[in-house]
Amino acid sequence: MATAFSATLPLHGSSSQENRLLLPSTRLPPPPPPSSFLGSTRSLPIRRLNHAHASRRSPVVAVQEIVKAKKPTNSLLITKEEGLVLYEDMILGRSFEDMCAQMYYRGKMFGFVHLYNGQEAVSTGFIKLLTQSDSVVSTYRDHVHALSKGVSARAVMSELFGKVTGCCRGQGGSMHMFSKEHNMLGGFAFIGEGIPVATGAAFTSKYKREVLKQDCDDVTVAFFGDGTCNNGQFYECLNMAALYKLPIIFVVENNLWAIGMSHLRSTSDPEIWKKGPAFGMPGVHVDGMDVLKVREVAKEAVARARRGEGPTLVECETYRFRGHSLADPDELRDAAEKAKYAARDPITALKKYLIENKLANEAELKSIEKKIDELVEEAVEFAEASPQPGRSQLLENVFADPKGFGIGPDGRYRCEDPKFTEGTAQV
Amino acid sequence: MASLLGRFCRKLVVPGSAHGARMVSTTSSCGSETVKSLNLYSAINQALHIALETDPRSYVFGEDVGFGGVFRCTTGLAERFGKNRVFNTPLCEQGIVGFGIGLAAMGNRAVVEIQFADYIYPAFDQIVNEAAKFRYRSGNQFNCGGLTIRAPYGAVGHGGHYHSQSPEAFFCHVPGIKVVIPRSPREAKGLLLSSIRDPNPVVFFEPKWLYRQAVEEVPEHDYMIPLSEAEVIREGNDITLVGWGAQLTVMEQACLDAEKEGISCELIDLKTLLPWDKETVEASVKKTGRLLISHEAPVTGGFGAEISATILERCFLKLEAPVSRVCGLDTPFPLVFEPFYMPTKNKILDAIKSTVNY
Repeated sequence: MATAFSATLPLHGSSSQENRLLLPSTRLPPPPPPSSFLGSTRSLPIRRLNHAHASRRSPVVAVQEIVKAKKPTNSLLITKEEGLVLYEDMILGRSFEDMCAQMYYRGKMFGFVHLYNGQEAVSTGFIKLLTQSDSVVSTYRDHVHALSKGVSARAVMSELFGKVTGCCRGQGGSMHMFSKEHNMLGGFAFIGEGIPVATGAAFTSKYKREVLKQDCDDVTVAFFGDGTCNNGQFYECLNMAALYKLPIIFVVENNLWAIGMSHLRSTSDPEIWKKGPAFGMPGVHVDGMDVLKVREVAKEAVARARRGEGPTLVECETYRFRGHSLADPDELRDAAEKAKYAARDPITALKKYLIENKLANEAELKSIEKKIDELVEEAVEFAEASPQPGRSQLLENVFADPKGFGIGPDGRYRCEDPKFTEGTAQV
Repeated sequence: MASLLGRFCRKLVVPGSAHGARMVSTTSSCGSETVKSLNLYSAINQALHIALETDPRSYVFGEDVGFGGVFRCTTGLAERFGKNRVFNTPLCEQGIVGFGIGLAAMGNRAVVEIQFADYIYPAFDQIVNEAAKFRYRSGNQFNCGGLTIRAPYGAVGHGGHYHSQSPEAFFCHVPGIKVVIPRSPREAKGLLLSSIRDPNPVVFFEPKWLYRQAVEEVPEHDYMIPLSEAEVIREGNDITLVGWGAQLTVMEQACLDAEKEGISCELIDLKTLLPWDKETVEASVKKTGRLLISHEAPVTGGFGAEISATILERCFLKLEAPVSRVCGLDTPFPLVFEPFYMPTKNKILDAIKSTVNY
């Protein structure tokens, strides 16, 4: 299969000095101008990995740079419009999750619910750069990924309430947010299960472009956590993605905890970004509490994938402010650690940046918050008012053909068959 | 300590009736046993404490077991026996079980926890292809009998697709392993100790619904309940009901309701699904002439099919009605539709009546 696509480059020093680069060689980037913004101005030397020189030195590409805050200058990372879009998206994520917690404790939604508070910068930073036809694959902590991708708050809230107006008609609940329209390929309850699915989706885009010659530069972004990085599926997909040079970005939301298992105690080398180069793709570490830094990295990674240069592994150092799920008492994490990350709340940081750089004023931001509050409230009302799914839905969609299963020979749904209550009806 | 006393007078506790030739009862030669009211996870916890105490080469590991586990079954073990024997593993079921097989092959007892039975599938390969065949293919040079895999299974009311599955049927198709499912705290402690000490690899499914809900008087000493012995927990004459795990509670309620309508039900707890006690069920069906099997897993290919086929072979002429199976529907385990999906008391009652009135 790999022969259908362009040959991958040798990354660890070839014996011949033949220049098999597919890209022009890069010079060292210029030193960054001093500035106050939160992100790095140094363009990430991702392309350097393809340079013949770099392959003979250490293949590890480290890029994190924290630029000290100084007086604001005009080399800002975002425009006002972009800033407001990012802010709104993060506020939506935060308010929605807070409302989920409220609704859960009021018994409106049930099951296992995992909230995303604190990690909004990763979702917003990446997904807001994507188009509708790009795909996103997530984990069980997927509400905010779905919202950032464009699924309406109403649809997500109804899905959580188990109503028929939910994005999956109430079938899956919290951990299974799918949307064909927005190419949200799902939340996955099982960790690591989404990554091969994302890899397959990325293959589709590449195939469309290179074999079917369609104008397709869709990328796939796979989100998963630090615990997943010890799972076999992760490594299998890193290998496949690099081998086939797929337009996929593997985003590790490293929040240091897998339920009660600390990342540092369960991983032989906790620096996940280093695993990218081991498989032949760039590995990047970024401060996941800062949406602008994440966005800068995401821009490069997405651009790289769109150009057909292959996958990237991005490790975002982030933190979840709440427990693993709403049933988790969250007793294991150190209060000092929680406080440290709470001080780096991505929303507060962006707000500060917008105001300090005169991109927005308090009133505008407040009006966004108010708008989102109303949106989330309206979503709850909508979800409450929506009907529950009919019983017949239970038997639908097990197979492609409903008649082969869900509808009996008399043309009615099998669950309407009186033998249904005996449990002895043939299904 | 009560457990020390237990070692000197090991008692096989088999509560219930004396029906059937397979029932083994012994009397205890020690004084009165101390019992304590425990729920399922505490009983399992006690069993694990005893297991680790009585065998210095036994280990408990899995995801999050260090702090006690998501269901608190492993509380206190790490503190008492140390992190060298009770430790957390990374998130890799296949690796965890394979690692356990290796430990067991070298003569240790590995008690592996899989956080939810729904997550056991990556390990399925190791269990089927390695654990089950180890003794066989090494010509008895090596075996992984010390391996016990514990996993919470079954519906819990709000689990949805991936926190409610009952995968026992997949494992019952594998010669070389044993599959054990307790119905209550007292059974769980005895069966778990038997499973850990059994010289064969055992997959031990714990009904998660009962972790906190079921409370029973559990003896504090070390006791084991024999594997592959079913128990008649309720005697009757009109119909035999067979089940395991949490489903028995539901079936018991159906039996009570049926009794009000004059139907006398005999209820059997299979306990061990592989290898299962065919003699007890056969003797019961020869008496009643009717059989009903109930389990949460989907009906097609569920373990009820195996029981039905075997009983048919053995008791064909004694059967007054077709064997009835009241099970989950053939769909993935649903979220909102759980009450419709489950084999509820009413479904069982309807089936009892239609079988008796066949």
